[in-house]
Amino acid sequence: MKTSGKLIVVEGIDGSGKSTQIHLLEKWLAYKGINVFKSEWNSSEMVKEITSKGKKKGLLTPTTFSLLHATDFADRYERNIFPLLRAGYFVLADRYVYTAFARDVVRGCNDEWVKKVYDFAIRPDLILYFKVPVDIAVDRILVGRPNLKYYEAGMDLSLSNDPYESYRIFQGRIIEQYDSMTETEGFTVIDGTSNIEDQQKIVRKRIMPLLPNNISGKTRTKRRGNETKNSQKS
Amino acid sequence: MKQKTHRNLNTRTVEFYGHGIKHLQDVSIKGRLIVIEGPDASGRSTQIELITSRLEADGHAVLNTGLKRSELVSKGILEAKRDYTLGRKTLALFYAADFADQFEYKIIPALQAGYIVLADRYIYTLIARNVIRGLDRKWSHNLYGFAIKPDLVFYLDVEPAVLVHRVFQKNSFLDYYESGADLGLSDDMYESFLIYQNKISREFHAMQKRYGLVPINGNRSVSEINSDLQKRIDNFLQKALH
Repeated sequence: MKTSGKLIVVEGIDGSGKSTQIHLLEKWLAYKGINVFKSEWNSSEMVKEITSKGKKKGLLTPTTFSLLHATDFADRYERNIFPLLRAGYFVLADRYVYTAFARDVVRGCNDEWVKKVYDFAIRPDLILYFKVPVDIAVDRILVGRPNLKYYEAGMDLSLSNDPYESYRIFQGRIIEQYDSMTETEGFTVIDGTSNIEDQQKIVRKRIMPLLPNNISGKTRTKRRGNETKNSQKS
Repeated sequence: MKQKTHRNLNTRTVEFYGHGIKHLQDVSIKGRLIVIEGPDASGRSTQIELITSRLEADGHAVLNTGLKRSELVSKGILEAKRDYTLGRKTLALFYAADFADQFEYKIIPALQAGYIVLADRYIYTLIARNVIRGLDRKWSHNLYGFAIKPDLVFYLDVEPAVLVHRVFQKNSFLDYYESGADLGLSDDMYESFLIYQNKISREFHAMQKRYGLVPINGNRSVSEINSDLQKRIDNFLQKALH
């Protein structure tokens, strides 16, 4: 089915700065008068309640973990993402199916199975992957010595008895999965270690070609289009 | 004649429908999985009760399972159905999570421990419901690729026209989902029920070969159906025992 909206996805491990970037992008698009909607991973109210029960009890297996996240995604997809795209919105997804591909495979789910479970999801117009070395991202998260939750730290994988150490190994494995998808899924890689402002400039440049002509301005679109091509060559 | 207590079910590894579950790949099981499928009011639970008593009398440990009974999400499904309008994919995945939870925490451990697991419905009902609601058939089959192949699957085949009377005798009203009322098949609930159950029945017949479902004529009396089922189960166990 054709959609007139645009779907923009940000991916990256915790602490990669993607949420900051998508927030700034959302503000910018709204400022330009574009209908924009943001959807976050694991945020369906209906599913959240049930997932958190299971999470607290430490009851989840890789399969049920995967299926509950797929349920959450499907709920947001069926009720928000897809209808909004049909209505012409710019939908910004803070994590999309790639998060499931990465995490579920690290947890031991079959990658073909996971991909097929999510195969109803429309391909995004742009996937921005914020790439950060594992130590930098993990330090950003761990600096305040937060209470890492059981699954968040990947404790279910028995990587280490120390939650911080487990978290570090777990995040490292997720990066490996992201890296393996970068080419096949067509990620646009953004250096998540550079300045917030510089990253946002690159993000907006990438979004320009997707904007309607009357908003981006015809001549600018052309120039920007060329620039994008040039920068891809270099 | 050898005493029954000296005979055991032989051990083997599980066989999955699809990609399976990695950490269960080499699990060996001693028990057997027997599934009874069929629409609401087809007499499944009565048959399961009768078979359970008989198997227990014969000295087998028996575990009963069914859909919507998981620790994790069974309540959630009921609440969600009441409070929200759920999309079809969402509901399908919810049911899959519920099934997976019971599969890993109840069915597999019981099979490992040597139980005969009698399942009141399995993945087939869930797949049939999905397909009728317009979800891709291949998608549903893949979704349940983590499930193992049961040893026996019976399908209580009851004509919708007979079934509708059993439902009225049991509940005095037609269930919303079991009548396919969410599908807008007909404003007339009675007609909607018949159309829906015919669709389900067709879907089961389509799955018969692929999944080795054994159709059982469910239009007969409880005792006739029971002796038919019991004979088939006894034959199977006779061969499985050594």
